[in-house]
Amino acid sequence: MARNKNRTSQEVNAGSMADIAFLLLIFFLVTTTIASDKGILNILPPKLDPNVPPPDIKKNERNIFTILINANDDLLVEGEYRRTPEGLDSDIKDFVLNFGGPTEKGAALWSTLPASVQGQAMRRPESSDDPTEAVVSIKTNRGTSYELYLEVFDLAKKAYFEIYGERVGLTADEYRKLTGDDPASQALLDKGKADFPMQISIAEPDKIGGS
Amino acid sequence: MSKFKKKPKAEPAVSTASLPDIVFMLLFFFMVTTVLREQDLLVEQKIPQSTQLQKLQNKTLISYLFIGKPKNTGLYGSEPRIQANDVLVSAPDIVQWVNQERDLLPESDRGLITISLKVDKDVKMGPISDVQTELRNADARRVLYASTAKVPQ
Repeated sequence: MARNKNRTSQEVNAGSMADIAFLLLIFFLVTTTIASDKGILNILPPKLDPNVPPPDIKKNERNIFTILINANDDLLVEGEYRRTPEGLDSDIKDFVLNFGGPTEKGAALWSTLPASVQGQAMRRPESSDDPTEAVVSIKTNRGTSYELYLEVFDLAKKAYFEIYGERVGLTADEYRKLTGDDPASQALLDKGKADFPMQISIAEPDKIGGS
Repeated sequence: MSKFKKKPKAEPAVSTASLPDIVFMLLFFFMVTTVLREQDLLVEQKIPQSTQLQKLQNKTLISYLFIGKPKNTGLYGSEPRIQANDVLVSAPDIVQWVNQERDLLPESDRGLITISLKVDKDVKMGPISDVQTELRNADARRVLYASTAKVPQ
């Protein structure tokens, strides 16, 4: 009978299991960094051959949307001084969709655009001819802060993504989320940017203004 | 009166027997999602925020360059430096580094190598443009400016 009494505590006490698990949990909570490979993609221009002089590109001034940022983080947008980049995205959108004097390619592109996008064309003679000609040029200084540069670049991309989205009836966010994994989303992706190049040019920074 | 006799009181303690199970579930989640940092960061990293983020499909094509003010200012100075793998490098070394990284990729993917620039907020454009010039020299022209999502105001 005395033996039977001893048998009663056969089970190991698992009460501290939760504590141990909590300890591990907190360790992993603290050390975890959910890896994020998100960012803004930019394709750099190819290396210039020193033996070949840079191509002399004749482009009408009206087809280039110039954004200059100096070492004090002031902006000069199309010759106009600005303190913050706010509203730049809608200005770029207006510029790209201006259709002032479409070329052959531009006219072909115009016919593929939905009415909602066509309605945004201002047709001002002093702005861009058509989206295939329009170039957004961002020129910084060596002293410009990276944060502001990225913000401006971000706004320029936003303008284009909004247009791409509108072409296929999505918002800019929805368009960017398309992965192209399945044929349907790939078709939407292709349709959005078909014949509509995203022309954002990053000029080499000038040296004045220190590092 | 016996009809209105109080019911026997319910056991007040909530059973905590399933608590370990719940905790273990969370634990496994974090163990699976966690990525232990394989590199020690030698430079400061406060990643800027932006809105138009894109996610890259193929993670193996990405190589990372960290740019920022060194953490150990006594040893490395306070000017922004470039970190590739585990060491601080200067801009002209980047071409060699890119070629090394490219050799690790399968041959069919070598043209698609993407450099993720993880740049601190406080860096100026000078070092960035030096790095971009070197990347152009190395013909690694796909660049991803690493950035986190901006919370809309």
